[in-house]
Amino acid sequence: MPRRDDISKIMLIGSGPIVIGQAAEFDYSGVQACKVLLEEGYEVVLVNSNPATIMTDPEFATSTYVEPLLPGPVAAIIEKERPDALLPTLGGQTALNLAMDLSADGTLEKYGVELIGANREAITRAEDREVFRRVMNEAQIRIPWSITVESVEAALESLDSGDATLPAIIRPAFTMGGQGGGIAETRDELVDVVGKGIAASPIGQVLVEESVIGWGEFELEVMRDHNDNVVIICSIENVDPMGVHTGDSITVAPAQSLTDPVYQSLRDIAIKVIRVVGVETGGSNVQFAVNPADGEIAVIEMNPRVSRSSALASKATGFPIAKMAAKLAVGYALEEIPNDITRATPAAFEPTIDYVVTKIPRFAFEKFPGADHRLSTYMQSVGEIMSIGRTFRQSFAKALASRELDANTPVPESDAGLLDEITVPTPERIDLIMAGLARGVPVEEIHERTHIDLWFLRELALLATEGDGSDGAELIYNSVDTCAAEFEARTPYYYSSHEAPGSPSEVRRGDRPSVVILGAGPNRIGQGIEFDYCCVHAAMTVRDCGRDAVMVNCNPETVSTDYDTSDRLYFEPLTIEHVLAVCEQEKPDGVIVQFGGQTPLKLAQGLKDAGIPLLGTPVEAIDAAEDRGKFGALIDRLGIKPPPYGSAMSADEAVEVAERVGYPLLVRPSFVLGGRAMEICYSREDLDAYLEQNVKASPDHPLLLDRFLENAIEVDVDALCDGEEVCIGGIMQHVEEAGVHSGDSACVIPPMSIGDEMLDEIREATSAIALELGVIGLINIQFAIAEGGLYVIEANPRASRTVPFVSKAVGSPLAKLATRIMLGGKIADLEMPQANGSHVSVKEAVLPFARFQGADSVLGPEMKSTGEVIGIGPDFPTAFGKAQAAAGVELPGGGTVFISVTDTDKPAATQLAARFHDLGFNVVSTGGTAQAISRMGVPVETVNKIAEGSPHVVDLIEEGRCDLVINTPTGSGARADGYEIRSTAVRHGIPGLTTMTGASAAVRAIIALQKGPGDVYSLQELHAG
Amino acid sequence: MNPATPGYVLLEDGSRFDGILCGDPGSAVGEVVFNTAMTGYQEAVTDPSYAGQIITFTYPMVGNYGVSREAMESGRAHARGVIMRDARNGDDAASAEGGWLDWLGANGVKAITGVNTRALVRHIRDKGAMRGAILAAAVSHAEGAGLVDGEPRMAGSDFASRVSPDEPIEFDGDGPHVVALDTGIKSSITDQLCRRGCRVTLLPSSSGAQQVLDRDPDLIFLANGPGDPAAVAGVVETISELVGKRPMVGICLGHQLLCRAVGLETFKLPFGHRGSNHPVKDLETGVIEITSQNHGFAVVGPDGARKVEGDEPVRWQTDVGEAVLSHINLYDRTVEGLRLPDAGAMTVQHHPEAGPGPRDSRHLFDRFIELAS
Repeated sequence: MPRRDDISKIMLIGSGPIVIGQAAEFDYSGVQACKVLLEEGYEVVLVNSNPATIMTDPEFATSTYVEPLLPGPVAAIIEKERPDALLPTLGGQTALNLAMDLSADGTLEKYGVELIGANREAITRAEDREVFRRVMNEAQIRIPWSITVESVEAALESLDSGDATLPAIIRPAFTMGGQGGGIAETRDELVDVVGKGIAASPIGQVLVEESVIGWGEFELEVMRDHNDNVVIICSIENVDPMGVHTGDSITVAPAQSLTDPVYQSLRDIAIKVIRVVGVETGGSNVQFAVNPADGEIAVIEMNPRVSRSSALASKATGFPIAKMAAKLAVGYALEEIPNDITRATPAAFEPTIDYVVTKIPRFAFEKFPGADHRLSTYMQSVGEIMSIGRTFRQSFAKALASRELDANTPVPESDAGLLDEITVPTPERIDLIMAGLARGVPVEEIHERTHIDLWFLRELALLATEGDGSDGAELIYNSVDTCAAEFEARTPYYYSSHEAPGSPSEVRRGDRPSVVILGAGPNRIGQGIEFDYCCVHAAMTVRDCGRDAVMVNCNPETVSTDYDTSDRLYFEPLTIEHVLAVCEQEKPDGVIVQFGGQTPLKLAQGLKDAGIPLLGTPVEAIDAAEDRGKFGALIDRLGIKPPPYGSAMSADEAVEVAERVGYPLLVRPSFVLGGRAMEICYSREDLDAYLEQNVKASPDHPLLLDRFLENAIEVDVDALCDGEEVCIGGIMQHVEEAGVHSGDSACVIPPMSIGDEMLDEIREATSAIALELGVIGLINIQFAIAEGGLYVIEANPRASRTVPFVSKAVGSPLAKLATRIMLGGKIADLEMPQANGSHVSVKEAVLPFARFQGADSVLGPEMKSTGEVIGIGPDFPTAFGKAQAAAGVELPGGGTVFISVTDTDKPAATQLAARFHDLGFNVVSTGGTAQAISRMGVPVETVNKIAEGSPHVVDLIEEGRCDLVINTPTGSGARADGYEIRSTAVRHGIPGLTTMTGASAAVRAIIALQKGPGDVYSLQELHAG
Repeated sequence: MNPATPGYVLLEDGSRFDGILCGDPGSAVGEVVFNTAMTGYQEAVTDPSYAGQIITFTYPMVGNYGVSREAMESGRAHARGVIMRDARNGDDAASAEGGWLDWLGANGVKAITGVNTRALVRHIRDKGAMRGAILAAAVSHAEGAGLVDGEPRMAGSDFASRVSPDEPIEFDGDGPHVVALDTGIKSSITDQLCRRGCRVTLLPSSSGAQQVLDRDPDLIFLANGPGDPAAVAGVVETISELVGKRPMVGICLGHQLLCRAVGLETFKLPFGHRGSNHPVKDLETGVIEITSQNHGFAVVGPDGARKVEGDEPVRWQTDVGEAVLSHINLYDRTVEGLRLPDAGAMTVQHHPEAGPGPRDSRHLFDRFIELAS
């Protein structure tokens, strides 16, 4: 059956903000689906709250709603748009859960919306652990024993009755990335993990199951069409055996250690699973545990949707799973769709590859002091890299190089110490294993400690001792072609390979001039999807300008590494060596380093030294902006003030400089992104503690000390400059005061409380700095307004994290305009952003604290958010409320608010308490704050601090007697109570606000919420004229 | 492993691909073909259909899980040589009974690793399968070229009779009696028949029609095997005497031989089908199966067409009545199977027994056995 004609308008739900377990891969899959559906002539209604996605660019849908991914707003969109069908399988767990909610509450039925791809029954069979177990048992598919419980008591009863044994794995129902799950080896751990899991599950249910820790872990990506034809797209083998979440495991494709009969058994079972679960069309992922001793196979789980693994499988094989899933959902059969890459053969086949693919996750534990580094069954990584090599060793060596690690892992001197450390899976384990192998620790001993398959360990030992086997070989580029060269590849997707001398390169470089765009590498906190968004825009623009866009990147989760995005894609590590090799092959007109965050900027000097032309802002300007001395002199010439600052080459000098600059101080190492190791020091003691704990200051790595402007309003500006003229893209006012990293702060366009005169001063300062630096392209400048004066905090002559948000808010694609300027365009000739319409746009950060057990949820100068959402409304409170809702902070309409603040915040807190009281909230507080509130005449219930004994504030939160927590940290570092309060709130999913400005914005948002739900707007409507 | 001995692959058009010798020392000459499966190396090398050939494995890591008796598709290795990118000799896998390279050496299979197999495969894909050799670097180009030229071309070569047993081989069973003309049968095929309760007799391929009938078969089975079906004239003659007398099925070479016996032609494919991922459509059910493939020749369709357009079970005339197209290859639309209803016969080109490869088509053995009852 070809394309369905009985539906014409299809709703697609995105995955929302980037969070751990659900990242940019769903922008990749969503973009593919949107493109396909539009090409097929359908109207597409897209909903996604994440502005930093390509899919929410207006050209990828008929109507684009950047609204909260919650049943209310989505139902409002359905009512307004009346789609015929909803495709829920391309937006991760978020979209799947939302579709289930809309089905359960009758919305879909009410408006006659058909679920396509997977229906409610199939989703339930895959997602509800109990139902899944029953279905698998009926189909006689071996799964680990398991029981579903909804209370800790029930789990203990099963343990006592022998239905359950230890160690056991706990998985909460309906969560993604295994959030809230874990391993229990003792009775106490069982109580703890089951309790947490029940809290994390939206339906309060967890699965307790047989531990198959140490078994080999495998995944198969499966596709099925409505004719019941099923194909396997890719097999993936985890280097880390069962026990580490697959998202946190190093994985390899295809499976390396399986014999043909065992692989075929996995294949047969995977096909059976997708059939009995009943996913009608599209992709699914089936996870297996295989006992290495006897080949016994157990099915662990299946995802009835495209997933992080399917994105990886698509990049690993060249088979675009999401694109095919969208086509299958609208009626096509696999045999009716041509294979994109060969064009001569149909998509009804199984890709076979002639290379090895490695994925290594990227972690961010350094951002969360106190968090436990151990890897477990819930995902904690924030990004990943993929590499392609002709041999396992080549692939793995490239993967290690792609990681861009900031620090080397310290290796224990004794083998015994090393073996002890690798017994526990951690992000550092692979480096320890490599170090051990390099110095001759026997593979058998490492195997005994890690259960990593001996095949992998022997390969790694070869890599550690003899290298990747590239000596004497020649570097060439091969194609990724889905078919191991059986047919000719039409798609320009390449990877480098070291082959015997004289081997031909497969790159088909035409005569058109090319521009190389360097991507952002692995997603990490501080450098995420926003930069990929900009890189994709650069590629689109380069193509529009008649040149070949050439993309270099190693992040499989991205749109930039979709082979459709550029004219040629090189899936390569972003190291100088690999980038220069691409340039040697391409002989480009120029390289763009402005869009991929710090990753390509770090390569700029090396490229320039090698004689490679850089497009846009010259290296000197980048240096002038990053070098404190040079930048200080530059703004001094322009008569613009920075906060008092200094830099120090040693600890002693730091103390001296601190006295001169004055406390409080913002202290950080130079050349960092996302505020790594950045802290506010209020006193000499704080500074001493910082110097003790952090990087040692040295002449090569000076320490920067800035006066911290307390209670300042922070402002971010994104602007374009062509060397002669400057155009302001957007001025964003931060909701949180200065001191909270700009990436973690909510911000609003247009600015809410800045006078016209000050705005003019900001515009002038921006222009002056951009022109003086010699920016060609984008610049981001952060200002602080304190005591009525304007201070420049920093300038970054590159695309910033806020470019996608500003572009969506003002309706003008800044990165595309910047690319045109870099290619020689002039602002005078381009269509520049106009003043906004009447709407207000708020960006809110999304924080991962719930993922990191033991981490404090307080905001500070070190960036901690993984993603962002946008809220658009007619006024600030409405937009802010939407942004909060989209970020998963469900502001309560009433109930109990707990307020406890630092002394300086007490005056503001009393005002706040009064307003909450007026809104009908009960106000609860501790000691000093309660007194202050009471003095205002506001009724307040006093609760004990922790030290005052139970029942205290943490008990209050634990018992669920609190709906909102407002707690500002004290600056002095004495923060035990606050830490407990915040982390308890995070654990119980109670919204917490840690700044007074954030809290006061929340009050206004609650007022707006009490008036009823806001209207929904499509971007196309907002920017129609 | 011995210290690295440099070697090279030489093709009959003079192309050369360097590598390191492994396996059994010495030169191998044969038709150089490629297999795109990512698992099942030992099954491939012991598949008698590879007799006379040198297999290039497109998957670079070969030997990862060692070798085992379970993976033997016949009593010995049949491929003359193997060409690999990054061969392994480990035997750590629980199922491994030995290392791959040791096993190649012990079984007289010449091997070379470190070869840019992708470049070699692209060459064969563009120029067609051709004769070639695995040679030590010490062997001169001219000497090697002489060896290659001395090897007969695959078209016109009868390898089937060389891999056939000298004496009948019998497997007990309570079910239908399947008598096979053994032109190089894979043990996975006998295994599938035996699992379904069949009593199986494998006869030398030189057996005459009467010798087959003397065994009183419920079903005559025409096996897979190596070489050019056109060169196995004797077996084709036997089949033409037998067709219609008893139900008959064929796989791979057996399919080709039966088709020739009823007047259909075969032709050499440019580079063959060898791998585990070819889509085959069953025109009777509309189901697409992913199949295991290993053949260099194919049967023409209606009107002598090498490619069949459309997905209809078209019918055309043969010497024994109508042929009904039952299976088609979706990669290149070549004939993958047909039925001869008037003669009670059916055949497929691909390998429903798997071993190695997907098992999607194993149910065909049930259809085969239905014919017998």
